[in-house]
Amino acid sequence: MGTAATDTIVGRGTNEGGRLIRAWFEQLSDTAERGGDAAYVFVMGSMAEVLRAFDLPVVFPEINSLQTAVRRVAHDYLGAAEDYGYSPDVCGYVKADVAVQLRGGTHPMGRIPRPTLAVLTTACSTYIKWAEIWERMHGTRVFTLDVPSSRHAHHHSRPGDPDFESDRRYVEHQIRELIGLCERITATRFDLDRLREVLRLTNEMIRGWRRLLELNRARPAPFNALLEGTIYLGVLNALRGTPEGSAYFRDLIEETEYKVARGIGALPDERYRLFFVGVPCYPIFRRFYELFAEWGGNFVSSSYLWFASGGLDLGVEYDLDRPIESLAEGVLQSVRHAVDSMMFQDRALVAAVDDYALDGIVYHPVKSCRTVSTGLADGRIALMRARGDVMTLYLESDMMDRRVVSEAQLKNRVDAFFEGLASRKLRAMG
Amino acid sequence: MIYAAGVDVGSTQTKAIVIRGDGSVAGRSLIATGANVVAAAEEAFLGAVREAGIEEADVGFIIGTGYGRYRVTFGHAQVTEISCHARGAAYLFPDTRTVLDMGGQDTKAIRVRPDGEVVDFCMNDKCAAGTGRFLQAAAFALEIPLDELGSTALRAQRPVRISTTCTVFAESEVLSWLARGKRIEDILMGVHRSIAGRSIALLTRVGIEEAVTFTGGVARNPAMVHVLSELLGHALHVSEESHYMGALGAALFARDRVREGRTASVPGGAA
Repeated sequence: MGTAATDTIVGRGTNEGGRLIRAWFEQLSDTAERGGDAAYVFVMGSMAEVLRAFDLPVVFPEINSLQTAVRRVAHDYLGAAEDYGYSPDVCGYVKADVAVQLRGGTHPMGRIPRPTLAVLTTACSTYIKWAEIWERMHGTRVFTLDVPSSRHAHHHSRPGDPDFESDRRYVEHQIRELIGLCERITATRFDLDRLREVLRLTNEMIRGWRRLLELNRARPAPFNALLEGTIYLGVLNALRGTPEGSAYFRDLIEETEYKVARGIGALPDERYRLFFVGVPCYPIFRRFYELFAEWGGNFVSSSYLWFASGGLDLGVEYDLDRPIESLAEGVLQSVRHAVDSMMFQDRALVAAVDDYALDGIVYHPVKSCRTVSTGLADGRIALMRARGDVMTLYLESDMMDRRVVSEAQLKNRVDAFFEGLASRKLRAMG
Repeated sequence: MIYAAGVDVGSTQTKAIVIRGDGSVAGRSLIATGANVVAAAEEAFLGAVREAGIEEADVGFIIGTGYGRYRVTFGHAQVTEISCHARGAAYLFPDTRTVLDMGGQDTKAIRVRPDGEVVDFCMNDKCAAGTGRFLQAAAFALEIPLDELGSTALRAQRPVRISTTCTVFAESEVLSWLARGKRIEDILMGVHRSIAGRSIALLTRVGIEEAVTFTGGVARNPAMVHVLSELLGHALHVSEESHYMGALGAALFARDRVREGRTASVPGGAA
């Protein structure tokens, strides 16, 4: 394939991803206009497969909120929630959503339907308090899936372990309760074959996601984990268990393999390979990426692509012969993995240093998310003890609130980081 | 002889240094930055050139540093003050392994290799707590000239405990201690201890390894040197040139370029 093929294939995933996300928001707007039912879910343990089996439109409030920041109107939404009485210290995602609800679903991407049902896991304690807001505002039915966490750092019980089996049964029982609740809300009988089909499509997406992350080990890396990666992640979450989502990842893998085979990198000159830990700086999303790209720094992977994919990078596939049991297994593993990716990520990062041939790791704690940020200081120290040869950068800002994002200060730190990397590289060359 | 120069455009002061090929200082200049950053950079550079008794054309390479480094329009390249303070400190005190730079609006803790290369660093976050600005606010509230702050604080007998970390609220806390009849010396020492405590926290984050070199404008304050030494449990390196350390580091980087025969922008430099 020549230049014409390159023009057709390269960038397809970004363009098509944008189109699919816009179409998804249009569908949500239609639902809102009709006053139809919608289910609100979160990225860590979304249970989207069960909800899709009942044809319930799925809304991700976290995605709605970050979209207000990317579209540079988050301050307006945060201000509305703070005027209502929320503290500046409360999670920015929560506050932007509160403003969306107070404004009848008005959102820069369209109109967001009201929540008939909210399904959440215990992966983040804020999820629980957040859903209580909808319960008070709209009388939303809230279903909390209690997912037992890892017993302690770096210990994962596996399928077959006694602990795992008892936890799995506990989660499976809750999933069956959720199915009963969905039957009552939608007045539709649960169809196991329909769930099986949704899980089959999710399995295809899981395989694609895992392959995609592996492909970025290539030099140069074919995509930037912050820029393109966030678009791919959006499709993975929003269209989980759908034919469109499955087809998207099939095409995306074709594109990415094409780029790898031809040495087409995300940057024209990839000089430094970096790993990003935390949530992106959405208020200056592109500029943040440029601060690194200007130096030839490419984020080849990120912990965000682990935990915000709900742990799908694990590659755990559902057993279609026993869908509900397997779904419980998958939720248990993926939610634990997602939480550990935030709190106990140091060992995984040590492995990533060699897997992705990393030059540096950038830690990005954010003011408005304690769940994501709390473990980062410890994680950085542990990583530096294990891999003193890898330079790290600790950058503090926010995922939503531009009042605590200082571009000049960020740039100063980023420039100093690259000066250090450049100096190390020169020294290594003798 | 080809000279090299560093121009450090800080939030309050702009410093310039011209060095000879052997690294010795030929000329220096310090002025208030003011509102016109470009003019301040030019004026400081020309002042250093004049003191060196040379012509502008004798300077082969100029590096800008500090927050205004991109406003050094006549410079050939920019390097952050983090790298420059590390380089300058390691040059003046070769046993330096940790640098504390306390400037007008930020404080940096930097761990360095023997050659001055940065191993790790961290800075105060987005507020001015723990920086020179905090001292300035206290000086304003107590009506004490900045250069007398340190000597006044050193006369303290029973220092107060300043609890706020906010520079804006510092003034009201200082006034409240005055209203309670506390001595100015004791209040000022409390302010110094508060700032020093935050600086030690920053140093701990990068790991404190001796020798520690204290740089930046606040390093000229004897009370701050005293409190930091007390908290660290050992003496600090402090140079008479501490406030020029960033400019000196920049000049040393510029000298590297001269030696490499470069006079254009530096490969690997930021856009």
